[in-house]
Amino acid sequence: MLEISPADWEALRLSLKVGFWSVAGSLPLGFALAYVFSRYTFPLKSVLNAIVHLPLVLPPVVTGFALLLLFGNRGPLGHLLSAVFGITIAFRWTGAAVAAAIMGLPLMVRAMRLSIDAVDRRLETAAWTLGASRWRTFRTITLPLSLPGIIAGAILSFAKSFGEFGATITFVSNIPGETRTVPIAIYSLLQSPGGETSALYLAGISVLVSLAAILGAEMVERRLSTRVHTV
Amino acid sequence: MAFLIDVEVSRGALEIAVAFDVGPGVTALFGPSGAGKTSILNMIAGILRPARGRIVADGVVMFDSTAHVDLPTQRRGVGYVFQDDRLFPHLSVRGNLTYGYRLVPPDRRYVHPTEVVPLLGLTNLMDRRPATLSGGEQQRVAIGRALLTSPRVLLLDEPLSSLDANRKAEIMPYLERLAGQLRVPMIYVTHDFREVERLARRVVHLAAGRVVRIEETAAASTSHR
Repeated sequence: MLEISPADWEALRLSLKVGFWSVAGSLPLGFALAYVFSRYTFPLKSVLNAIVHLPLVLPPVVTGFALLLLFGNRGPLGHLLSAVFGITIAFRWTGAAVAAAIMGLPLMVRAMRLSIDAVDRRLETAAWTLGASRWRTFRTITLPLSLPGIIAGAILSFAKSFGEFGATITFVSNIPGETRTVPIAIYSLLQSPGGETSALYLAGISVLVSLAAILGAEMVERRLSTRVHTV
Repeated sequence: MAFLIDVEVSRGALEIAVAFDVGPGVTALFGPSGAGKTSILNMIAGILRPARGRIVADGVVMFDSTAHVDLPTQRRGVGYVFQDDRLFPHLSVRGNLTYGYRLVPPDRRYVHPTEVVPLLGLTNLMDRRPATLSGGEQQRVAIGRALLTSPRVLLLDEPLSSLDANRKAEIMPYLERLAGQLRVPMIYVTHDFREVERLARRVVHLAAGRVVRIEETAAASTSHR
């Protein structure tokens, strides 16, 4: 009875691919932003913070529309990308990954920032007195101590990317095999007669992935932080 | 062995202006809370920047305001045992002890784990995490960790103040042995004169950011009574 059509598999594979590249691509930026927000004060910091968090509260369709204006073939960034690198991301799965990354960034930055905030800076001073340079201190003290938040942030961003709908469909549309990720496939199935069963399977998979992500993020955080604080 | 400190800085309402030199053995910085003792250690370690002055150790200028020299903390070769617990929670005792040791060029090492680990009674604790240690054990690891950087000078900021009487009694013999056996000059901050009497060869009396007087310990002990 349990039958998943090739089209559904394709949507699932695509969602996983988009999720993976979205996280892989945004991880360095996310960590850099979290680190800067945690450690530095500078003019317009709250403005930058608001911009990063904007996709959390903005209607996703607006984020997608903004991406379309920026990265569309006539948009300034889209034009630049195609002229300089010959890359087009609008209506491609890469565009879906970009949209997903932007939607997932606030979640990622938030989790990472909290864990960097929690690193005791007196430990960094202690490392300097032991002869460690700033970079070594970062690598051997700051980074491992904030690792639980980094992993949790990555997992949450992956879950968000896996299921992003509004910005994705606005920016890269609904192209089977290219941009039809799981949520967009569910939406399409519900638009066509007889698609409910398939939609239900995909919906179930979405619930499982999201649940696993949240539980996983929590478990990683708990495991790593007890490892730090006890044996 | 010349270690010269001549620094000025203001910390809120407190104006610190001190000058003294440190010889071999233990030099105690003694005075009430708020006398500026920790600030002086922080200036020596390069954590707090003096407004004016000079810090020279073994002919190495660590800080000189007129010559614009200000060595970063990691290049000063100063071992620091902090007042509060600052062991790295994600590393074992062994990892903590060797953190600084591994960064010292082998030809500059004169303190080695083989002597420090038994001296501080850490042999059976090497694989433990700091959180599983008692306060006294943690402080011993902190002392060992700082010593193993083969420092030009070892700074100890009230290393016993967070411990109860029993723990103090447990650490004191280790400190006495260190003072007796190792050639590292030590600057020992305390407000407890009994520690001064047991460990120090010289005492720098501080009050309100100034040096009140400098004495050899025998003399210091008599005048205190």
